[in-house]
Amino acid sequence: MRDSKIQDIEIELLVRALQLRYDHDFSGYAPASFKRRVQALLMHSGLSSVSALTEKLLHDESFLPEVVGRLSVPVSEMFRDPEVFKALVTEVFPVLASYPHFNIWQAGCAHGEEVYSLAILLVEAGLYGRARIYATDISAKALDIAREGILPAREARQYSENYRRAGGRHTLSDYFHARYGHIKLDDALKRNIVFDTHNLATDGVFCEAHLILCRNVLIYFRPGLQQRVVRLFRDSLVRGGFLGLGTKETLAFSEDSQSFEPVAGVTSLYRLGSGHAGT
Amino acid sequence: MPAPEHARLVVVAASAGGVQALRRLLGGLSVRFPWPLAIVQHLSEDSSGLARLLASESPLPVREASHGIAIEPGVAYLAPAGYHLMIEQDGHFALSVDEKVCYVRPSADVLFETAAEAYGLGVVGVVLTGSNEDGAQGLQRVRELGGLALVQDPVEAEERAMPEAALALAGADAVLPLAGLARRLNEEAGCSS
Repeated sequence: MRDSKIQDIEIELLVRALQLRYDHDFSGYAPASFKRRVQALLMHSGLSSVSALTEKLLHDESFLPEVVGRLSVPVSEMFRDPEVFKALVTEVFPVLASYPHFNIWQAGCAHGEEVYSLAILLVEAGLYGRARIYATDISAKALDIAREGILPAREARQYSENYRRAGGRHTLSDYFHARYGHIKLDDALKRNIVFDTHNLATDGVFCEAHLILCRNVLIYFRPGLQQRVVRLFRDSLVRGGFLGLGTKETLAFSEDSQSFEPVAGVTSLYRLGSGHAGT
Repeated sequence: MPAPEHARLVVVAASAGGVQALRRLLGGLSVRFPWPLAIVQHLSEDSSGLARLLASESPLPVREASHGIAIEPGVAYLAPAGYHLMIEQDGHFALSVDEKVCYVRPSADVLFETAAEAYGLGVVGVVLTGSNEDGAQGLQRVRELGGLALVQDPVEAEERAMPEAALALAGADAVLPLAGLARRLNEEAGCSS
């Protein structure tokens, strides 16, 4: 048997160990990307094999956050796909503005790049005071970083350009301080953001949401887990609520696609039909 | 369900100068070319536009690859801009936004390595013009797992760094100009006219 097939077996055993020892279920993750992440984790750990990694994980609880962090959703960038953020302002914000208070759920928020982007646009639209934003991730480590609001400065130029293309009204540097190779986002931006852990593979409805953003997360899941997550979103949204996915993600294959209407002219933005109110 | 035992797949890496090279490579394939191709072209902001351009001149249908679709025979797929394109063992495409590899996303190394793991000796890896080193490690993996390695002749390539890097690290079963690469692919697939 060739090494690569043996490693596939080791990865299955790692997934089983995570489940039995820590109740962390990665069995629904898409195999090719998951394997590459395990390999990257292995390289970073300096251990000799996936089996060695599994052994360490079984006996050393303090290793878990690192493992979960490296196996889960990767970092994003601020205002990634600026046209999507622009569409949120023009298509979704007017609906949100009709509510006295509204909830937004960003599922899989990683280091917070997109949730702070959204917060900035809400401030500029005069809607921030009415918003409660739930930013969740499976990785406690990622959430710690997101809470800090500190991002690497080397990306700042790209972020500024994205912000401009997203229709930002000022300059992005109005919202951060640069220091020591990092940018620190304005603390006022997180006043209405609640950061919390949530596992899309096993946890239930997190909140009643008017807008759910979950971008570039479903591509890491097998079809079965994708179905579960879309159902979870359907059950979490208010009637007429919006769901924004990554630009290469679609509900086309989902059993629940009938419950949603695509928003015309905007890639991967959906609206829950009125016949399918959430809980 | 694993990829069929005798399933074949051509993976192609192209960077600077790649659009012209792809036009000529695809243009040289037989209309009966039976295998699927998966292509990484770097620095293409508009991959669906490039797919349309290539489709207008190629004997094969050319599409942007999307996540989760089954790979069809006789279709050329382009990696979407900004996403790594991967091959699952069951013969489906998968996308990711994981970190850049060789400073690029999509990366040919990622495509080639996952293709080799899924299709083994059924893979043909082709490295074309470009000015970085992406594709070299991937081509090495293709060869390790029994696949065929073809590299554009650096003398002909608009940018020779990428084919040279592939040759230095992985070597190749054949080093050919574009016309020769197309001919070889047709021969391998048993559809040379």
